[in-house]
Amino acid sequence: MNAPFEAAKLHDCRDAFTATLEELGAANDDIVAVVNDSVGSSKLGGFRDKFPDRLINVGIAEQNMVGVGAGLANGGKIPFVCAAAPFLTGRALEQIKADIAYSQTNVKLVGISSGMAYGELGPTHHSIEDFAWIRALPNVPVICPADRNETAAAIRWAAKHDGGCFLRLSRVGVPDVLPDGHVFELGRANTLREGNDLTIIANGVLTHRALIAADLLEGRGIAARVLNMATVRPIDAEAIIAAATDTGAILTVEEHTTFGGLGSAVAEVVVDNMPVPMTRLGVPGVFAHTASANQLLDDFGMSPAAIADSAAALLKRKA
Amino acid sequence: MEPQELRKIANRIRQRDVRAVFEAGAGHVGGEMSVIDLLTALYFDAMNVDPDNPLDPNRDRLVLSKGHTALALYITLSEKGFIPKEEIATFLQHNSRLNGHPNKVKVPGVETNTGPLGHGLPVAVGMATAAKLDKANWRTFVITGDGEMQEGSNWEAIMSAAQFKLDNLTLIIDHNRLQQGARLADTNDVAPLAPKLEAFGWAVQEIDGHDMDQITQALAAQNVTPGKPTCIVAHTNKGQGISFMTDNVAWHHKVPSKEQYEQAIAELKEPAE
Repeated sequence: MNAPFEAAKLHDCRDAFTATLEELGAANDDIVAVVNDSVGSSKLGGFRDKFPDRLINVGIAEQNMVGVGAGLANGGKIPFVCAAAPFLTGRALEQIKADIAYSQTNVKLVGISSGMAYGELGPTHHSIEDFAWIRALPNVPVICPADRNETAAAIRWAAKHDGGCFLRLSRVGVPDVLPDGHVFELGRANTLREGNDLTIIANGVLTHRALIAADLLEGRGIAARVLNMATVRPIDAEAIIAAATDTGAILTVEEHTTFGGLGSAVAEVVVDNMPVPMTRLGVPGVFAHTASANQLLDDFGMSPAAIADSAAALLKRKA
Repeated sequence: MEPQELRKIANRIRQRDVRAVFEAGAGHVGGEMSVIDLLTALYFDAMNVDPDNPLDPNRDRLVLSKGHTALALYITLSEKGFIPKEEIATFLQHNSRLNGHPNKVKVPGVETNTGPLGHGLPVAVGMATAAKLDKANWRTFVITGDGEMQEGSNWEAIMSAAQFKLDNLTLIIDHNRLQQGARLADTNDVAPLAPKLEAFGWAVQEIDGHDMDQITQALAAQNVTPGKPTCIVAHTNKGQGISFMTDNVAWHHKVPSKEQYEQAIAELKEPAE
């Protein structure tokens, strides 16, 4: 079953990103954007028109792009380095490690069209390893907002945060799941739905699907708690331990490989503190076939109905 | 500063460097000998830096992209007063902040962490861009090795620096013709470097990287070409100043024996020309 999306209520998180960045840029001359010929795909045309000097386009050169970001930060700027997520993270991973994480520079990495947003373009253009890659590095929070409100809030937080971070934004439309005016807190999950039978933890484009799955479970007499966990590192251990304690089972859902992402981060906390049965949904260590982003999520067992079925199956493993 | 005074400082740094490598039992002594004259000219003549205010926003920046020669930078920084001279004795020791590659978080005067090659020039392009945005006068210098120019990220940065007209950026290539395991010419011969940089839109000078007069002149602000980034191809010798190390590929990170150490120090005590 495909997710019941109503097109009129879907929003591209990039619009929230660029609107927020333009607003912040008007208030602070130090905010700059660095891109790799990605003004269009980053939707930064408005920023460029308003602040032409502060839109730095290095061309198709991601390693240089990240290094330039680090140098701008050394010179007192607050750079938002924006590029398609697979190339920003994979192509420039060592620059992110040495020039940003290890050097502790104030660079905001914004990976756009993340996850499987470029579905049909194939696995070279999918960014489903980025949680694992960046999560392994000290000093770089990993953040995956669920909707336009959380995107705007996270960008505001990033601009104020003294240090690097990695924000991962899709281009696939999602409905609002967090309220207008939402305030982002690093490392803090939001409880979007209460329930004591099990907990579903999701982020990014999956949070909406998790909420629909919880509705379906309610129809089957199962009360699922739903946590939106935008911050993958530092992970909200307190919320995870509470979920394990209160509900006795945890299902994670992510647009990422099941190796090293949100599910792994949650499992680390669970196994260290309060072992309970877990199921981790995601892309199970394969390269994806040809399909749209939403179809791929369905095909990999992350339609709302399939999430609900996985949750019901998980309940049978509860002690 | 007078060239003769700079030569004395460079010789002092060389001696301390060889001693530190000998005592630590590790280091990249060959490449350190080749880069010390450049570092000396930068910190004691060309650059505006203040050890008492290492993060002054208007300071000039130096990025040592060939980060494996960190020891030469540490000693230069200690001579300049950024860190205590006696701390050089802790090089590579347990819990020392002076590890084998520079760390900006721990060592004042270091601008960015380097070690993996091909990182420094992109970061320097960002620094120079920041100065341009602020219409500030501080300059950015970066030193790469010649073997390091095999890294593609440098050429990404070279293109962008020309595109951005960064005449406040100076790339110094320590052209000692040797990389870790072989001669540059036998590996992936990126030389001649000057015509390549010129073709990418840079203003290029070729100098003897051990001649203080030539180095200081090349680094002088009045030699900048408006609208173009500067590249100084500094012809140097790996192991400069020590006869048995000079131009010898074996001395990339070899440690001198006691006899070799004593001979090296004796040769470095010869009066500098």
